[in-house]
Amino acid sequence: MRWLLLKDLQILRRSPLQATLLVLYPVLIAVLVGFAISRDPDKPRVAFLNEVPADSRISVGGEQLPSSNVSDRICRRVECVEVGDREEAEAKVSSGDVLAALILPANLVDKINSLSTLSPGTPKVEVLVNEEDPVKAGLVNDRIDALLAQANLAISRRIATEGSRYLDLVINGGELELLGQRFPILGLRASAQILTALEPALDPRLRASLREVTHFADEARDNLDVAGPLIDRLAQPIAVEKVAVGGSSPPLEIFAIAVAATLTLAFVTVLLVAGSLALEREENAFPRLTRGLVSREALLAEKVLLGVAIGLVVTLLLLAGMQIFVPLQWDRFGLWLVAILAGGGALAAAGAALGAAAREVRAVSLLAFMVTLPIAFLSLVPSGAVGGGVYDAIKVLTAVFPFKPTLQAISAALDSAGSGIGGPLVHLAILIVAYGLLARFALRRFAAV
Amino acid sequence: MPPFRGTVGAMAGGNRAALEAEALVKRYGEREALRGVSFSASAGELVAVIGPNGAGKTTLLSILAGILKPDGGGVAVEEGRVGWVPQQAALYRRLTVEENLLLFARLEKHEDPRASTEQMLELTDLGERRGEIVARLSGGNQQRINIAIGLLARPRVLLLDEPSVGLDPRQRARLWEFVSGLADDGTTVIFSTHDIQEAERYGGRLLVLADGEALFDGAPAQLREAVRREAPEAADRDFETAFVAYLHHRGH
Repeated sequence: MRWLLLKDLQILRRSPLQATLLVLYPVLIAVLVGFAISRDPDKPRVAFLNEVPADSRISVGGEQLPSSNVSDRICRRVECVEVGDREEAEAKVSSGDVLAALILPANLVDKINSLSTLSPGTPKVEVLVNEEDPVKAGLVNDRIDALLAQANLAISRRIATEGSRYLDLVINGGELELLGQRFPILGLRASAQILTALEPALDPRLRASLREVTHFADEARDNLDVAGPLIDRLAQPIAVEKVAVGGSSPPLEIFAIAVAATLTLAFVTVLLVAGSLALEREENAFPRLTRGLVSREALLAEKVLLGVAIGLVVTLLLLAGMQIFVPLQWDRFGLWLVAILAGGGALAAAGAALGAAAREVRAVSLLAFMVTLPIAFLSLVPSGAVGGGVYDAIKVLTAVFPFKPTLQAISAALDSAGSGIGGPLVHLAILIVAYGLLARFALRRFAAV
Repeated sequence: MPPFRGTVGAMAGGNRAALEAEALVKRYGEREALRGVSFSASAGELVAVIGPNGAGKTTLLSILAGILKPDGGGVAVEEGRVGWVPQQAALYRRLTVEENLLLFARLEKHEDPRASTEQMLELTDLGERRGEIVARLSGGNQQRINIAIGLLARPRVLLLDEPSVGLDPRQRARLWEFVSGLADDGTTVIFSTHDIQEAERYGGRLLVLADGEALFDGAPAQLREAVRREAPEAADRDFETAFVAYLHHRGH
């Protein structure tokens, strides 16, 4: 078997294009995925017209914020393209230069400031959208809704805080600052205490009435104590508590690396093994080899070994490349090896079955792509993204091909936060045996003219 | 009779044949490619298997080589291996001449694969081109390596399936000089060909197949005699014309 392995490596060496692709492919994937996961997502370009006077300050909850704070917050979420007037904003939206235009009117800060007064106004911003493209329109709507929700939440939190402060003043007393002057507020608690202290000195006929007033003050204090938390809740009526009830997932960037590694391993292994086996037939060497020189089982084992060895090297190269972008847990290297070897073995066995079934190198290459690519995409479809029946069908399909269990094994090997590696390894072991048997069965027809 | 593959000693006592085939039958679906073909070949004999397309020549050689299993009858070979050289070169075109020979010498478990490789390079006269990628060699040179690989099995019987196809006259002459030398050294050579003149010139014996049947088994001169008897109008024509008349007279 080792001589056949040496022969295949010599052939690989003689195919500079193939060898170059084998090295370049993981490097390219590593760079692409690395950039994708280490950079912020692209911000949509939005024309921004700020008509708010530069010296305006937002005053909510006793704090004074410069109005520039608003534009800073907005431009953190989108790429702001400053425009001078409304016409320019409209032109940019119409030409498609920007996705939308956001106009902050001159009275925006005054309206926001009025929210904490007795006559609150309605602050408005204007958004210009080109709805020619429904996808773009949807994207703009989502971004604007998100910005608005965030702004509303921030403002309502401040208003709620201010409301609570006023309530506290009414209940417990203190100082109210109004128009630059401080006014002392007695508060319900102190009022009740004063009335209680006065009671013995009063005429017995007045005591009953005074007791009612004192009782009212106590009741009001107790009930307004409850109102405080209610006002707080107004800012965010529904809180979210996330509870994981099944499975655990690794961080997104680790999952992205696992996907890149599995894709690389799958393509390299399946294509190499299937193509190499088909080449034995195209070179007419198969009958000569199996006339007693090599058993069919040994030939299959050699091809699987070739695929696993090359797949392992290429995948490790990719992971080493990813290290530039995302720190990996090298202390789990042993588990990486186990996952890659098991996944590579199953993928190589599947490649051998494909190669034995298709028999011709060109047909094999096409078939390998046609099988691997859709299965890889289907393996990434999350539950809930499609209907129940369709997802069940996808589950069965992706369980039959080794891509998904390989992805699960590599994810688990790369990060301890992922689910366990045991299940995927057992799954892969079953697939190695199943595809090995299929390949052996297909080899019976392989020799036929 | 169940198919069998054994030694000649087990099949025909006292016979010095290097190979014996008895009542070989092979079917592809409804079609019978071989219908009870029997023949034998002794050591150092050069046997040409001839016949029209679809006669069963390649099927017969494939069964003798052990690549195909017969549906009936059997093959017995003398101790030692049968070397097989398929019609299309069975070698790795992206490896060099030397790498190909070395690989098969290793797979044949030669004690000294490098020495065997040198021997074959000398035999094929390709020593100076040992480092060349096979794909860059001419068809004739590829065929010489193809035969050399077949010889690495150190066979007592060498089977060649249309070995001269695609070769120019000079390459063909060199090939037959090479093959005749093997036969002179005691190797039994059985080859199939469409070239009747070539069969007459190099085949010590002719086995004529048509529609899976063995029509004739004997020396070229005996085939001439048979033509004279059965198709006298073609007896004095060239060997190929006489052969075609013979087949026609026999209903093929």
